[in-house]
This record gives sequence, C-alpha cells and structure tokens, in this order.
Amino acid sequence: MREYKHKLLGYLRREILPTTHCPGCGCGQVLNAFVNAIDDLEIDPKNIISVTGIGCSSWIPSPYLKCDTLHTTHGRAVAFATGVKVIRPQANVVVIAGDGDLAGIGGNHLIHAARRNVGLAVFLVNNYIYGMTGGQVSPTTPFGAVTTTTPYSNAEYPLNIAEVVAAAGANYVARWTTYHIRKLIAAMKEVLQKKGFSFIEIVSQCPVSYGRRVGLRDGVAFMEHFKKSSVGVGTAENMSEEELEGKIVVGKLVERDRIEFTESLRRINESCQGRAAGE
Amino acid sequence: METARARQYLSGLSGKMRFALGDEAAAYGALVGGCTFFAGYPITPASEVAETMAQELPHVDGYHVQFEDEIGSIAAVIGAARAGAKAMTATSGPGFSLMMENIGYAIMTETPCVVVDVQRSGPSTGQATKPAQGDVLQARWGTHGDHEMIALAPNSVQECFDLMIECFNLSERYRHPVIFLMDGEIGHLRERLAFPNLADVHLFPRGDFDPADEPGLIKPVREYGKGEAVHITGSTHKEDGMRDVVSQDVHESLITRFCAKIDRNRKNIIRYEERFMEDAETVVVCFGAASRAALGAVKRARNEGRKVGYFRLITIWPFCQEKLAGIGRRINKILVPEMNLGQLAREVERFVSVPVVRVSKIGGVPHSVEEVYAAIVRETS
Repeated sequence: MREYKHKLLGYLRREILPTTHCPGCGCGQVLNAFVNAIDDLEIDPKNIISVTGIGCSSWIPSPYLKCDTLHTTHGRAVAFATGVKVIRPQANVVVIAGDGDLAGIGGNHLIHAARRNVGLAVFLVNNYIYGMTGGQVSPTTPFGAVTTTTPYSNAEYPLNIAEVVAAAGANYVARWTTYHIRKLIAAMKEVLQKKGFSFIEIVSQCPVSYGRRVGLRDGVAFMEHFKKSSVGVGTAENMSEEELEGKIVVGKLVERDRIEFTESLRRINESCQGRAAGE
Repeated sequence: METARARQYLSGLSGKMRFALGDEAAAYGALVGGCTFFAGYPITPASEVAETMAQELPHVDGYHVQFEDEIGSIAAVIGAARAGAKAMTATSGPGFSLMMENIGYAIMTETPCVVVDVQRSGPSTGQATKPAQGDVLQARWGTHGDHEMIALAPNSVQECFDLMIECFNLSERYRHPVIFLMDGEIGHLRERLAFPNLADVHLFPRGDFDPADEPGLIKPVREYGKGEAVHITGSTHKEDGMRDVVSQDVHESLITRFCAKIDRNRKNIIRYEERFMEDAETVVVCFGAASRAALGAVKRARNEGRKVGYFRLITIWPFCQEKLAGIGRRINKILVPEMNLGQLAREVERFVSVPVVRVSKIGGVPHSVEEVYAAIVRETS
C-alpha cells in the first residue's frame, strides 16, 4: 500500500509525530497555517529560529517544526528572541506562544519588544485559557466565564492584547481566528516579510480545558462561534461599544514602517568607527 | 575581541594604566574576554558596568540593550549566547534574585554566559547603596533543582578585570553560567588598573575542549544556523537534545553529568590566594571586600609574632573543600570575616573540625583592619 504523505510533512520532525495536542485543539491549524506560509514564501527552514515559552501554544513549533528551536522559560520567549535577533539579524526569528505566556506572565516583555520594534514575527495564540495546567482563567478570558479558578464567574475583564501591542508601537498588528485560515496564512506571509515587530493575535479554540465549561464542547462548535462572532475592522469602526460586545474584531489593526531595532543598533555601531580604546 | 575591528579598538588598551572603578574594570575585562552582547537593567551599585558596556560595545561590533527588567535581561543574554555571542549581564541582589529561573535555564541548556552580581545590603531593598557579601549562598543555590555553580569573587579593581576574562573562559569551557560575585565595595572602589598586552590574553573559543578536563562530561556545542535543526530546551532532554520528561534515567544521567562536569573538574576551576600559611596556627579565611581588611590585620598580627595565616577564596563555587580540610588538620582555629552573618563560615565548618569563628559585619560598612585585628588578638590570646 502506498504510504500517504502530506506535501508539507518535510517541514516537521516526522519521527516525533503525532503532536501532543488534544482533539479539537486549534494548535494544529496554526502549525498548518505557518508551514503553508513559509512554503508559499519559499523560506528555507534553515533560516528560521523558533523561540517559544511554556504552554500548549509553544508546542506548535517546538519541537515539531524542523528548524533551530529555543524552547525557553514561561513568559520570556520574546526577551530570549530579542537576544537571538540582535546577534542573528538575517534569521527569521519567530515566536509562537499563548495568551498566558505573552499577555500574562510575559506581558511586559511583549510591550517593550513592540516598543523597541525588534524584528520578530510573533504569533500569540489566544485560546482564552491556561490549557496545559488544566483550564485556569487567563488575562484574555471573557468576563463572566467559568474556569477552574473562576468556578462561579470571571470577575475580571479581558485584555485586548492586539490593541496593546499596536499602541506600544509594533510595525504590524493583526487579529484572525483559526476559522479564517486563508486570511491567517496571508497575514502570516505579510508578517514574515515585514521588518520590525510584527504580531498576529490568533484567536484559537481549546475545547478540552475551556470550551467544555462554556458550552463549546468541540472544535466545530468553536469554528461556528468564531464565524458568527467575527467582525472585520472596517465594519467594527462604525459599531458602538455595546454592539461590539462579544465580537471578535478581525483584520489588520495597524501597519507602520518605523526602523527596525537591530538595524538602529547597527547604524549606531557604524557611526562609532575609527577610534581606538583609551583615546 | 571577535572581529578585526574589535581587536584594533581594544589594542589601544594594551599596556596602558588607568585609575578605574571596579565596575569599569569588570566591563573592560568582559570586552577583552570577547563579550559582544550585554543586556541589563539599572541598579546600584552595578550600573557603571552597563554604562561602560553601552559606551564601548559599539566600537567592538557589539551590542548593549537595556531591558525592561532583569528577567528579560538574562533571557536576552542566553538568547544572544545561543545565537553565537559571548554575552553577559550585570546586576545586584534584587535583580540577581529575579534572574534565578533563567540562570537555571542556562545550566539546563549548557549555555555559556556571565552574570555579574555586585552585591549590596539586603534582603529586599535593604541598604540599596551600601555594600554587602550576602549573596554567597544565593549564587550557589538560588535557582531550583540540583546543580553545581561556578562563582568567582575579586578583591581589587585589577582582579575585576583579570577575573572577568576568566569568567568568560570558564563559562565557555564548561558550557555553564558563571557568576562574578563582586560587592559594592569593590565595584565602587577606584584604584589602579593595568591592562595586559592583549596579544598575551588567552580566550577560550566557543565549543573547544581542554585536555585537562575529564573526558565525556563536556559535550560538543550544538550551534544554530548550520541546518541541523538544533532543538534547545529547558526541559529534561536526551543526548540529541530532544525532550524526555518522563524517563527517570534520562533525567538522572543528564543532571549528574551537569554536576560532574563542574565537580570532577574542581581542581581546574578553583583559584585561591594564601599567605603566611607555613607555620600558621590560626587562619583568616575570607574573600572579596572583607579580605582587604583581613590582610592588613594578618600582617599586623604577624609583625607582633602571632602565627596567623591568610587564605582568600577567589573561586567561591565550586568550594575549595579539600584545600580547607587540609588546612583544618594543621591549625587550631579559623576566623571568617565577611559582610554577612556567616554564609562562608557555614560552608567552611562543613569541612574542618577546628572552631570556625565568625567575624561578621553587616550594615553597609566594611570591616576595618582594627576590627579584624581585634578579633585575631581575642581568638589567639
């Protein structure tokens, strides 16, 4: 019998498949979109350095993606990646991580990396929950949601992390969901070609640790929910705050062309030519 | 000294003399030691290390980045080191505490890097601008889990420079973070710094091996950018780098190798200074700032015919236990002046059976020669 082989399987460490993600999880869709994006752009995985933190979303590229990978500590991926990018500016330095990782424990690094405009491609997979640890409330969990640490109701409002990153000064910010897979691939391709800090919030589903407590028990239910709840940025501009309640605004939120951080550093170094120490 | 431009720039220092701060000397030691990446966060009394690096790194094709906090700083240092640079950060107690998790990451991923801790009075904000030596055990045990540590402590501006080069060499040789355990007294001390002829400075290249080290414990460095899809993780991993967090034997063999590569090569790492030891009956064991007063006190006691010796640890970790045990068999008493309540003394006690007398002083004022001398007189009379 002829063995079935997906055309993009060569990008993965085949020997360790299948992934550890739960049934219905959005992480596989994100991996699929990312591999499609690098395949379309003909980016050699040799030129990618993937930097991740801790959480389900950090397992999307690491260790499955066959490229150089740095799997770091919780929340710090963006800071590690900044060090990598300064030393290897020609590499595609990619961070794929979750809402707990990037918006929670690592929120400060995210804001300041966006402010610095360091040339990272950052994909925040927002599944509204700490999935790996069993479904605890996260900084992006909707108000009123039931989780294992908000067993009655979430008393906190969620962080609009994409708008935070846009306000911090990133060169590119978009939001898509795992339902909008073609739009997501197109946006990923833009991010991978953009200089400066480039960011996509990918709203994703966690049926096992989040969905089952809020009435979305499988991946299909989530896809329908994302389809129904999404509003394009253009449409959203003419909607009131009440009308936008519970909606997911999708599309490109910002695009700028400020100078990339490591490029600035190199220009400074060039301006310091021609002296000897001790002069 | 990674590039021709860096060599050219730094060669201007060769053979020169300067009146320098300890912090500045440490920064120049790092530059000569090959450091091309510094990330840090302002903190007294370590800020002058960052300021000097910010001023000089652009001239040697290097990069200084001030981070949003110390956690981000050490993270970026490790990222830069994995990307191929010799990298460092500098901080003091509060920032050092924040760095602990990622120092463990550097151990687990065998990433060379240097962390300067210019110790100040704690805990917490303590006496923020005052010196102390209270991080001896934090340096050793601050990060969680089983591990060894390499930590060196200078007691002069010259040593801030000389030992910093050693820190980089040791970190490359053992693929391990190295703590440079300075203190606010030495960091903010200004005295003579003589630069060596830079052509004579030995730098340990990334990935190299020293034949003096026990074979098999130190592994080849897995470098990025060679198309080898190198996977680096802070999780327990197999020899090929791939995660295995469930097999008891994988974890045990990994961690025991990490510990053994330091512990079994202790003799290659440990440095100390001993004076007046031949006929000594009492020995003053010390390091860093307190050792300066200790040496003055020992000399004074010697002038009066008291048989007192001076033993200064330069390498704090790994601990010079065999050496101290040997000393402990020949003498009657050990005095330990230190700017904490007995962190070094506690370690000394583990390896000797003679009395270990604490000559502790905290509160941000270093020992005077008279204070250590008075303790010697009291304990030898």
